[in-house]
Amino acid sequence: MKPYKFEYFRPASLEEALDLLARHSEDVRILAGGQSLVPMMNFRLVQPKKLMDITAIKSLDYIRAERDTVEVGATTTQAKLLEWPQLASTVPLVAMALPHVGHFQTRSRGTVCGSVAHSDPVSELPLCLAVLGGSVILSSKKTGSREVSAADFQLGLLLTARRYDEMVTAVRFPVRQPGTGYAFQEMAERKGDLAVCAVAAKVSDRGIRLGVGGVAEKPTVRDWNDLPDSGLDEALNAFAWDLEGSDDIHGSAVYRRQLVRRLGRRAIMEARECRK
Amino acid sequence: MPQVTSDGRTLINFILNGKPASGQAEPRMLLSDFLRQVAGLTEVHVGCEHGICGACTLRIDGEPARSCLTFAVQIEGRRVDTVQSLLGPRGELNDLQAAFRKHHSLQCGYCTTGILMSATAFLEKNPNPGEEEIRDMLSGHICRCTGYVGMVRAIKEVVASRSAKSKVPA
Ligand code: FES
Ligand code: FES
Repeated sequence: MKPYKFEYFRPASLEEALDLLARHSEDVRILAGGQSLVPMMNFRLVQPKKLMDITAIKSLDYIRAERDTVEVGATTTQAKLLEWPQLASTVPLVAMALPHVGHFQTRSRGTVCGSVAHSDPVSELPLCLAVLGGSVILSSKKTGSREVSAADFQLGLLLTARRYDEMVTAVRFPVRQPGTGYAFQEMAERKGDLAVCAVAAKVSDRGIRLGVGGVAEKPTVRDWNDLPDSGLDEALNAFAWDLEGSDDIHGSAVYRRQLVRRLGRRAIMEARECRK
Repeated sequence: MPQVTSDGRTLINFILNGKPASGQAEPRMLLSDFLRQVAGLTEVHVGCEHGICGACTLRIDGEPARSCLTFAVQIEGRRVDTVQSLLGPRGELNDLQAAFRKHHSLQCGYCTTGILMSATAFLEKNPNPGEEEIRDMLSGHICRCTGYVGMVRAIKEVVASRSAKSKVPA
C-alpha cells in the first residue's frame, strides 16, 4: 500500500497557500495532520496531483478564547487542544469527546480543523461542532474569508461546502452557556477506533438537543423543546428510525437504532446531571 | 516555498537519533519506507500502513507519530527518534526496555519498537499515570502475541522506580 505519486508543496504562509489553491484548486489536496488523508492515499482511494502540506504555516497554530467562542486554527493538533488548560471550562463537550478521537499516538499529529474538513460521518469533532452550533472559517484568495455554520458546512459523506480554491483556516466552538449541561457517549470496537455510533447531548431549560454521528451520512441534530420524561423513549425511538441507518460490517441497522436509543438516553441523563 | 515534482527526488536533512542525517526521497515515499530502505533502520516496523496497528510509531520532534502516515519530505529539519535513541552510550537497554524484558512484555517483538516509543513520549508528558491511562495509551497499538499484561506491568514498574528516584534528595 503505497500512495500514487504527487507533487509536494510546503507553503510557509497562508498567503502562499491560498495563492497555490487559487492557481491549481481542483488538483490540490490539503495535508495537515494526515491521519485521515494519508490512509486514503495509501489505499489509493485518493490520488491528488498536488499535495499542499500546511504544517509549516505557524500563524495557523493557535487556540484563541474570545467572549463567545473558542477559535482553533488549521494546524492546531487535537493533542494541543486536549492539553489546553481552559478546555473543560470553556467547551466541555469537546473536552469529553476529544479522548475518543483516535489515539494518543494520532492526536499528536491529527488536527482539529482537519477532522472537521474531512467530515467523516462518524467523526467526533464535526458532531460536537454541529451540536454546539459552531462554525467553520473558509478563506480564499479571490473572495477573502467567510464563516459558514456547521450545519451548512457539512453536506454529506466526506462532502462539505468548501470550494476548491478555499481552505479551512479555523473552526469556532461556542463557549459553554451557563445552566447548560453537556455529555458525550460513543460505541466503538476499540477505544479510539471509528465509532459505530456517537452521540452528544446539550440540555438547558430551553430544551434538549441531541446529535448523532455514525448513523446517517452526516452528524444529525434534533431539538426537543418541552419534552416530558415520559416521552423521552418514544422521541429517541422516532429519531433513531428517522436517521435511516443501514447495515455494514460494524453493525446492523437494528443495532444502530438501539445504540441511538440507549446512548441517547444515557447522554441526555448525564447532560442533565452536569447542568448543576 | 519548498516544492518537489512528483518524479523528482529531494535531499532531506534531518536529525536521526541525535545525529545529523540525510537521504533522497521522492514525495510519495512514506517515512517508514524511507527509514527502512534509505537509512537502513529496520527497527521501524510496518504492519498495516494505514495508522491502525502502531508498529511504525516513532517520535518526530518528541511527539509520537505514525511513520506510515508521514511522508519523508515532511521531516526536513526535524528530529526523528527511533528505538535506538533509548539505548545508553554502550548500547545498554534503558529502564523501560529492561522492564519490558523482565516482564515478558514482548514475544515476537514486532509491535515492541513502536510501543516503546509511544510509552517513552507518554511518560514524559505524564510521569505518573494510572493503569487506566497506561491501557488507554496502549490502545493505540496492536500486539498479536502478549495480551498487553506484561507491558502494563513493565510500565507501572518504571513509573514507580522513576518517581522513587526523583524523590531522592540530590
Ligand atoms: S504500519 Fe503504521 S500504524 Fe500500522
Ligand atoms: S510481541 Fe508480537 S506483536 Fe507484540
